[in-house]
Amino acid sequence: MLPEFELLMPRTLAEALEMLAERAPDGMPIAGGTNVIPDLRGGRYRPACLVNVAGLPELGGIRQEDGILVIGGGVTVAEVLDDPLVARYAPVLREAARTLASPLVRNRATVAGNLANASPAADMAPPLLVLDAEVELASREGTRRVPLKDFFLGVRRTVRQPHELITAIRIPLPPAHSRARFFKVALRKANAIAVVNSAVRVDWEYGLGSREYGLGGREYGWGGGLCRAARIALGAVAPTPIRAWEAERALEGQSLMPEVIAQAARLAAEATRTIDDIRGSAAYRRHVTEVLVRRALEGLWSRE
Amino acid sequence: MQPKLITLTINGRTHQVALKPNVTLLHALRDLGYTDVKNGCEKGDCGACAVLLNGRAVNSCLVLAWQADGAEITTAAGLGTVDHPHPIQEALADSGGVQCGFCIPGIVVSAKALLDRNPNPTEEEIREAISGNLCRCTGYALIVEGIRRIIESKNQ
Repeated sequence: MLPEFELLMPRTLAEALEMLAERAPDGMPIAGGTNVIPDLRGGRYRPACLVNVAGLPELGGIRQEDGILVIGGGVTVAEVLDDPLVARYAPVLREAARTLASPLVRNRATVAGNLANASPAADMAPPLLVLDAEVELASREGTRRVPLKDFFLGVRRTVRQPHELITAIRIPLPPAHSRARFFKVALRKANAIAVVNSAVRVDWEYGLGSREYGLGGREYGWGGGLCRAARIALGAVAPTPIRAWEAERALEGQSLMPEVIAQAARLAAEATRTIDDIRGSAAYRRHVTEVLVRRALEGLWSRE
Repeated sequence: MQPKLITLTINGRTHQVALKPNVTLLHALRDLGYTDVKNGCEKGDCGACAVLLNGRAVNSCLVLAWQADGAEITTAAGLGTVDHPHPIQEALADSGGVQCGFCIPGIVVSAKALLDRNPNPTEEEIREAISGNLCRCTGYALIVEGIRRIIESKNQ
């Protein structure tokens, strides 16, 4: 049996924001419930009041507007997997969505909820970090946007105030010569929390690394093109999902030769602040981080 | 924490039922007699409580009953009965995929959701589709085999 709580059922976003404002700090949004319900049962938190935001019409849908891919705050992980815009502009997010929990969970869990829950192992965080995503937070007072890299404060802590709701996740469309991959290691192939998850993204100097010029890809080694900008994001290796800034710098302006990739992977492992837990030791996580980042960088030219 | 009257259409039958806000869809269904929906882990790990909610397979333990107000719900028993089994149920029984049986209603629901979207899944897609359903008898090989048989018999 779940503990007792009041459940408010707004019909519009405006109503929901009004309710969250009136009930702050004791009100808590619930959407898919895939984290909230087990956490209520386990006693992790005990809000006096839940505000149901699942199915609010304003939070649905994935759209492209002015160079931004906008994922509504109510969009489920399953919807991300099915969406042609995501497949086209953010395949790295799709790759991560496919590894999140199970189909049963993905049909309820929202991308916004995965971020709001702020688990260090959140599978949506690394791809959205390398995509330079912004989180749109709305309240009765108005709307603000926070870069995802500034969103997480600690384990299950974010900059979201109790009266705020994530209404969208905004992804600037990556340039044409950008590639990204997501890799995850968990104790099982499916329905498992990450021991380490990682996303990498490289934006190439125009043309040089591209297939069209025949210089990139496995056939010619990794040195075909110059890396103009790199992003490496890691999960489950620190209190929050993190960027590996030093490792990114080691790639920028370089041809991605094996020794450059190896150096970046080492620096990524050094950026971690791992702990021992039920899923793996700190040392194992550091080692896996290095391997995953190396594989992801090597895998930039292979299909997801 | 006052009860509220909500409407659930379950296996084609409409129920009006007064429920408190902290009742999950799983408990609502079982209390209404739909005990083919099994209570396993109550945290979304095992899939024994899976139902189709407006056509999507979900863990009913992770849905608040109020969130399902007005929804159409299909349980494994709504797909077929002992006398008139659904082809998925028949195939699982015939393949020997049913051991203790506890996970099977959830597996049937996940398989139905898969075949509705993808009538010709690969073995990998079948495994993926039931990855949220735990079988503690560890009978996965014959469960996958059973679902594969449905596709093969349809393609003949």
